Amino acid sequence: MRVPLSWLNDYVDVKDIPVQELRQRLDLAGLEVETVEIIGYEGSELPWDPEKVMTAEVLAVRPHPDANRLVLVEVNYGGEEHEIVVTGAPSLFARKGESDLHLKVAFAWEGAILYDGHSEEWKKHKLKPTKIRGVPSRAMVCSEKELGLAEEQTDIIYLSPDTPVGLPLTEVLGDYILDFDIKGPFGHLQSIYGIAREVAVLVDRPFKREPLEAIRRLQLNVVKQPEFVELEIADPDLCPRYTATMIRGITIQPSPLWMQLRLKRAGMRPINNIVDITNYVMLELGQPLHAFDYKHLRHRAGSEKPAIIVRRAGDGEQMKTLDEELRTFDGEMLLITDGGGPVAVGGVMGGLESEVEATTQDVLLEAASFNFINIRRTSQTLKLFTESASRFGKRVDSELALVAGARAAELMAELGGGSVGTVAGDLYPGKPEMTVIQYDPALAQRILGVEVPVAEQQRILTALEFQVVPVNSSGEDIVWDVTVPSYRLDVRIPVDLVEEIGRVWGYDQFPHTLITEELPPLRHNKELENTERIQDIMVGLGLDEIITYSLVGPEDEVLLHPVAGQSLELPGTPVVLRNSIAPERSQMRRSLLPGMLRTAWSNLRFMDYIAVFEVGSIYYKVGEPNLEAGDTGVAEPRQLSVLLTGPRQGRWWQETDREYVDYFDLKGIVEALLARLALVDQVAWSKGAHPAFHPGRCAKVALGDKTLGYMGELHPLVREAFDLPEQPVVVLELDLAILMEAAEAADAEKKVGTMATYAPVYEDLAFVVDEAVPALDLQRAIVKAGYPLVADALLFDVYRGPQVGEGRKSLAFALTYQAPDRSLDEKDVGKLRNRIIKQLERGLKAQLRTA
Amino acid sequence: MDLFEQLEQVRTEALDNLVTIDSQVDLVTWEKRYFGRKGLVTQQLRSIGSLPQEERKTFGQRLNDIKQELSTAYEAHAQQVKLAEIEAELASGAVDVTLPGRAVAAGHLHLTTQTLRQIYGIFAKMGFEVYEAPDVELEKLNFDMLNIPAYHPARDMWDTFWVDEQRLLRTHTSPGQVRVMRERYPEPIRVILPGKCYRYEQITARSEHQFYQVEGLAVGRNITMTDLIGTLTQFTRMFYGASRTTRVRSSYFPFTEPSIEVDTDCILCGGKGCPVCKYTGWLEIGGAGMTHPVVLQNGGYDPDEWSGFAFGLGVERPAMMKYGVEDIRLFYRNDLRFLRQF
Repeated sequence: MRVPLSWLNDYVDVKDIPVQELRQRLDLAGLEVETVEIIGYEGSELPWDPEKVMTAEVLAVRPHPDANRLVLVEVNYGGEEHEIVVTGAPSLFARKGESDLHLKVAFAWEGAILYDGHSEEWKKHKLKPTKIRGVPSRAMVCSEKELGLAEEQTDIIYLSPDTPVGLPLTEVLGDYILDFDIKGPFGHLQSIYGIAREVAVLVDRPFKREPLEAIRRLQLNVVKQPEFVELEIADPDLCPRYTATMIRGITIQPSPLWMQLRLKRAGMRPINNIVDITNYVMLELGQPLHAFDYKHLRHRAGSEKPAIIVRRAGDGEQMKTLDEELRTFDGEMLLITDGGGPVAVGGVMGGLESEVEATTQDVLLEAASFNFINIRRTSQTLKLFTESASRFGKRVDSELALVAGARAAELMAELGGGSVGTVAGDLYPGKPEMTVIQYDPALAQRILGVEVPVAEQQRILTALEFQVVPVNSSGEDIVWDVTVPSYRLDVRIPVDLVEEIGRVWGYDQFPHTLITEELPPLRHNKELENTERIQDIMVGLGLDEIITYSLVGPEDEVLLHPVAGQSLELPGTPVVLRNSIAPERSQMRRSLLPGMLRTAWSNLRFMDYIAVFEVGSIYYKVGEPNLEAGDTGVAEPRQLSVLLTGPRQGRWWQETDREYVDYFDLKGIVEALLARLALVDQVAWSKGAHPAFHPGRCAKVALGDKTLGYMGELHPLVREAFDLPEQPVVVLELDLAILMEAAEAADAEKKVGTMATYAPVYEDLAFVVDEAVPALDLQRAIVKAGYPLVADALLFDVYRGPQVGEGRKSLAFALTYQAPDRSLDEKDVGKLRNRIIKQLERGLKAQLRTA
Repeated sequence: MDLFEQLEQVRTEALDNLVTIDSQVDLVTWEKRYFGRKGLVTQQLRSIGSLPQEERKTFGQRLNDIKQELSTAYEAHAQQVKLAEIEAELASGAVDVTLPGRAVAAGHLHLTTQTLRQIYGIFAKMGFEVYEAPDVELEKLNFDMLNIPAYHPARDMWDTFWVDEQRLLRTHTSPGQVRVMRERYPEPIRVILPGKCYRYEQITARSEHQFYQVEGLAVGRNITMTDLIGTLTQFTRMFYGASRTTRVRSSYFPFTEPSIEVDTDCILCGGKGCPVCKYTGWLEIGGAGMTHPVVLQNGGYDPDEWSGFAFGLGVERPAMMKYGVEDIRLFYRNDLRFLRQF
């Protein structure tokens, strides 16, 4: 909401308050000023030197002795002598030869800094004395462009005829435009008058109410049915009030300069006097208005007295709106109709047919009040966003309608040369009850924590035009009946009054305290603690954390199963958006992998090695929402995913391992993670079948009967689908809840183990087994067979070849034998070895490999 | 030459030889030459028998003294030789200490995680625990229960991703307020609610469709506005620095009444005014207010007996301000060159 201070000053005089100080005061009270645009004054893009840029009057226009297209203009700028200025301004040129003129203009003296009017860009230059075709010239009359007021170079600017001569131009055209960011549904702050009313309270100055007194000035006789139109509100739930005023005999013409200037500064384009006045009053008072050309209404009524009927649209009813679009309405939209059908979408936009046009003489002016929710619904459904709909949508005081109509009628008569009838029509079936709040001033302290004296509370509320009537002021129990002004539709309950008191009193005066309150019982947040634990472990293992978008595209899931006939089993059904900003952000992810792969892709442009992880949720529907239980029907389990790719070690000045990382690098990381969580022995590893992975290099990781997730090398086709280079990319995705449940159980059961003090015995044993026997089975079998004396069985060699035969492999283990209570001798070791060999032969058909 | 003279000659020669030795090998040779089985000193002992009886004692004594002397000299010299040898070895083994070390990957937590943890830590000191609520939320909780009915103009404050008639992606962390209240009633509450939020907005340098927020909620029997202001001021001191000043502005949010916004003096210009603070000298820290009676009621708390405050803080923006990050898209594009700077 753009508010020129020059306009605001009409209602509350704040000229002497520095604008930054005013801004600060308004900011603190909740009227947030987003920007301040400065025109002419110090601080603006082009400050006008008060000594060199001033008001003046053109007295005469004479021909230039030596140039056909130029004229010499005699200017009175308030100095002792008149100045002769050379100009080619079209409107002055047109008056060549005239004298005794008193055209008020903006005049710049040599030395003034102005914009170059003939440059396409904003180019500043200093006015210098010169000779134009032999005639000396040391001043100029200025255009809007030269003063920085308009983009385009047009004619020179003319000021109101009553402008005094010789004033600094800033006093006439200088301005500060405060652009307010009014959050929330505050109809009473959607107008300059409304903001001025707030300002008056905040700076404690008198407030001028003239704009609201047009009914009295016009001596309007307000009736339900005026002679010029029949009024009917068929749906008072959507239109609590409809008023109509007639202005006859007006002439459509441009509105005066001052009004055009104000409209432009407030951000609206001047059109003609009638349209401008409806806009002007809307900006001034916040009441949207609509002007009908009366002759069209009469014509549509067969030259009879027209009737306005406000009713819901019939389903599918149509009308062409002012923007020349044919609109189709539904049964919940409110139309202003006459006998011939709709003439306007109530409160949103007028119809094309009854629009004010160049030949309009009589205007029927509508000032009505509409249900704000319905206006918003209509505006959103029709995608028709107008100033009118925006204001009505933030609730406009229904008491304002007739007042604003009269104000506009008064201006139309004044600026359009017409006259306002003596009667105004006003149907008001939905007049609301005044809101009266029972208020106990003690509430202010309870909510605010500071004691605002009762008298001060009363003063603030009264200044804000609330009526405070003490109902009971005996002793401790003070109760007031506070009547809310009609325009404060946002104030309904006692704490609303507390806010008014707080913001006017000033939060900056409040002391700072900390809660003094019964302590809530502290609880663990297991999920967060687990997340942080995993994050810390992964970072400790040298991985970088990434956080990717939760929203992905459906294609991302498809790309994870590139082989025809294979499908990817993702949990539940996807959470798909009804509205999305882009197809690739149209559903919630059910796997962290796509985001991880895209991150790898974007980073591989700049580096060759990537090791990243993400701890984040996946999302899928598991059922219908249950509103009562607050159940969304969507599961959001947290996952851990990891990606590694690139050379194992970076280049260095000594030789390094530049082979690409593979399955076993990732496995090492997982094993370290499991070691940190004390889960190494509980995890079951098996060959995994997952369409996104290399079929031979994929492991399924499980805990008990629960699948923890998959890890391995990416399928080459998936790698290709995500545009990744031809090198192994190893990834992992695990369910964090399952992992951490086990980790918590392991923590709970954890007891410290003994560290034997007797010397261990080391021995290497190699076993030959079938290719299909997993190494882990063998390793675990050794530990089990030698329990509890095998302290470690470390696999250190895998051999395949002629020595062991086709389809067989040899796995060599470094065993550590250790007893807690004695040193093992040759006899103990021999027994142990035999037991291991026997059990492995029996269980896994493993044969001891002898040298 | 008599035996005495001979003895003295061996002594002189041995000492003279010893000082010229500069290696372990020569030391061994020296020791063997004088103290070996056939060493020169050893032989002197054997010759004692050829001396007259009365001279034997004197000779013997002298021999012992010399043995002692030579052995001490040897130990001292051997130590010197050893040190000299070590020194020579160390000198040849010197490295260029400025050569790069063998690389070990240093992992980094995401900047958002770091910022979140910092926020958790500060509020933990003030007794706030972390409560998490879902990303996919019910319209009822995201809007209706927060005093924002359908078509209400307040809804314009949030551009929403819709899933279906009843579900959406939460536009703010505030729906967690009602969830935690319903779960905890009738306990007093002091929680912060962090999480991802989503807005139906085109992605630009200034706005993202996904971002984090940290909501705060305190409910008790005498929670006041001054508590809220105090809590946020403490937060600002810890997060932005003890020298920061704050100011409190009146504002509007449908779920708080009264509502405020808290600003800190611009960390870039120190309050003088710059493009980042739009020449106001102030930067917004977050919105806040006293929990609206309707929201308390929706959470199960009787507003006549209970009061509460709530606040909402950004996560990316403070980090952006702190580190001069000008493009919010850097956060979730995950350019490791960006993330590894933190």
